[in-house]
Amino acid sequence: MRGSISNRRLFEPRSLRDALRMLRDEGPLVPMAGCTDLYVSLNFGTLKDTRFLNLWRLDALRKIETRGAGVSIGALATHTNIMRSALVGKRLPMLAAACREIGGVQIQNRGTLGGNVANASPAGDTLPVLAAADAVVVLASAGGIRRVPFTAFYTGYRRSVMRPDELIVAFDIPAVHGRQWFRKVGTRAAQAISKVVMAACDDDRPRIAVGSVGPTVVRLPRTEAALASGASIADARRTLVDEITPIDDLRSTAEYRRRVAANLLARCLTEFGMS
Amino acid sequence: MPIPVRLRVNNTSCEHTVEPRVLLVHYLRDFCGLTGTHVGCETGICGACTVLVDGQPVKSCTMFAVQADGFDVTTIEGIATNGHLHPVQQGFWDCHGLQCGFCTPGMIMASVHLLAQNASPSREQIAEGLRGNLCRCTGYSHIFDAVNQAAGQSARITGVARG
Repeated sequence: MRGSISNRRLFEPRSLRDALRMLRDEGPLVPMAGCTDLYVSLNFGTLKDTRFLNLWRLDALRKIETRGAGVSIGALATHTNIMRSALVGKRLPMLAAACREIGGVQIQNRGTLGGNVANASPAGDTLPVLAAADAVVVLASAGGIRRVPFTAFYTGYRRSVMRPDELIVAFDIPAVHGRQWFRKVGTRAAQAISKVVMAACDDDRPRIAVGSVGPTVVRLPRTEAALASGASIADARRTLVDEITPIDDLRSTAEYRRRVAANLLARCLTEFGMS
Repeated sequence: MPIPVRLRVNNTSCEHTVEPRVLLVHYLRDFCGLTGTHVGCETGICGACTVLVDGQPVKSCTMFAVQADGFDVTTIEGIATNGHLHPVQQGFWDCHGLQCGFCTPGMIMASVHLLAQNASPSREQIAEGLRGNLCRCTGYSHIFDAVNQAAGQSARITGVARG
């Protein structure tokens, strides 16, 4: 275990206010919750930080509740909490579907929605759902709250607009009126990192988001615009292939990802009843 | 900077002062002497280190010991009663649910939780419940048989895990 040889310091806030004050006065601190990604980076030696802020006990950030016709999900809601939430099942089934595909039972019990977003992997399974649903990220600091559209949250590979003194506290997800769709393609069904992951809904117009095909999760504005103006599935496939920027890496090839993303789009649109 | 932790492990109070870097799995093995919980991949994949924290299965290699402060932890050493194997342990014994045995403690802890949630799971539900645990010997078939046998005796399964 590489992490074992260096010193670590842990901060244990008792409330959100406490946590935000620690971030302001003692920062920089690495927020931690379920640690399902964080500990792996520590063990691989890719995380050099030594000062941590343990958020796990802040139960106030674990709430899943109605917000108007939509839903608000606390950053510490675990994948298990989300999968079991009747409210999510009713209003945002594509998010429950994404959480069900993450890791195994143990990871679902520890991993959180806020952690999945903060970890900022382009392969994060819940991210296309938040992008397609036009979620809003609620960020808190000692100075107050700000709300950032999820589609403006990431600025590049593992980069976001979040400042070091801020925490993700919740996601506000407006009502999705149309059908919802989610699909993950990985090496195996359980515990695989996505080669391509897609979420879509057809509210008043189709909204489509894809992960693992670029430096961040992406919405597909050109493909969406084409579909909104009546493009066929075949045309939409061609637009998507031009619009995404996958790379070859250890999990897959760019060519495979283009083909599979186009196939997923076709499957989704067919299930939405388009032709 | 060492931090005091106080938790219950297999219904016994444990108090130690540990560095925040110590993983729960290393705490259990090195501080509590409970080496039944295995360290496999150390990256949250294999599930060999699965224990129950307040009845919920977690991978103890992705949790720091200080994060378990105040919680109830159950390990493989804590499920037999008065020398009698837990029905899941008996199932693994009877159905040859192991070969090398490395994954077994984690498989059993995940199975104990699975049966606490669903007393008569289908084979598919068993596979789903154990998707977080890898076995490289058995091809899983005998493991599913073992859980299935234990499910048949679910009345004997005590309240170690909560649903």
